[in-house]
Amino acid sequence: MPTINSLDDLKKIREEALKKRDVKNTAGQKQVIVGMGTCGIAAGARETMKAILETIENDNLSGIVVTQTGCIGVCEMEPIVQVQIGEGEKITYGKVDKATAQRIIEEHVVNGNVLKDKVIPM
Amino acid sequence: MKELSLHILDIAENSIAANAKKIEIFVNENTINDRLMICVKDNGKGMDEEATKKIIDPFVTSRTTRKVGLGIPLLKAAAEMCNGNLTIESEINVGTTIQVSFQRSHIDRMPIGNLAQTILHLVIGSPQINWVFHYQVNEEEYIFDDMPIKNELEGLSLTEPLVLAFLREEIESGIKNIRPEFEY
Repeated sequence: MPTINSLDDLKKIREEALKKRDVKNTAGQKQVIVGMGTCGIAAGARETMKAILETIENDNLSGIVVTQTGCIGVCEMEPIVQVQIGEGEKITYGKVDKATAQRIIEEHVVNGNVLKDKVIPM
Repeated sequence: MKELSLHILDIAENSIAANAKKIEIFVNENTINDRLMICVKDNGKGMDEEATKKIIDPFVTSRTTRKVGLGIPLLKAAAEMCNGNLTIESEINVGTTIQVSFQRSHIDRMPIGNLAQTILHLVIGSPQINWVFHYQVNEEEYIFDDMPIKNELEGLSLTEPLVLAFLREEIESGIKNIRPEFEY
C-alpha cells in the first residue's frame, strides 16, 4: 500500500522547479488567494480554484503561490479571488467563474494588467 | 452543495479556521454493510460542550463576518435523510472530530463527487497544515500524507507547475485505483 509514487521523482521535480524559478523569479512573489468559506464553496469556488490550478499547470507558470482563505464578508460576490504581486496593493475580484479565473492568471498575474471590469472595491 | 466532497471542503475549512496544525480526513465506503462514513479530525483549538451542542444550530457560528453558520446543519440534514447521522466531539485545546454517516445506497444520498479535487485544493490552499487523507473501500485503503512530500520539497511552493502536477496525479490515481466502479 504505497502512499507516494516515488520520492525520487519528487527530488528531480524539486531540482527542475528550482532551476526554472531562479531564472523567472525577479518581480517578487505572486500571490493568488481564493475564498473558500461555505459561501464561496456554495457559489462554485472549487471550480474557480480548479481553473486557476489548471492554468498554472497547462501554461507551466512558475513563481505563483495559490492559497485559500475563509469568508471575507462579501458572500454575495463569491467566488472571490485576490491577487497580490510583491508588495503591491491587493486586488479583489468578485464573481470569478472559470473563464474569469483563467483571465486573472494570464492577464493580471502574468502580464500585470488588472481586469478592471471584475474588480470589487474593498 | 451537490457533492459530499464539497461538504468535506467546507468542514475542513472550519478546522483551518480553528488553527489546526494537522487535519485528517477519512472517507470510508463499505459496499458490504452499505455504509458511507466521512470523518474530519483536527487538532485545532476545540470547543466547549455548550458550543459543540450549538454548532448544529444554523443560527450559531464563530465567524465574525456574518451571523449565520450553515455548513454543519446542512450536512447533518443530508445525513439524516439517508439513515445516517452526524456527530461532533470536541475538546478545548485538543481538537474537534466530526463524523457523518449515510446509507450508501440511499436514493437521496449525495454523490461523493470530485474527492481528488477537494483533497488537492486543501493541501495546496493551506500548506501550513499537515494533511492526511485516508480513503478506504471495504478492505482496500489509500493513504495520502503530505508531510514526506513537503519535507522533500524543502520549502518549494506546492503551486510550482511540476509539483502541482505530481500532487494531482498522485491523489487522483490513489483514489481511482480503489474507487468502486459504481456509485451505488
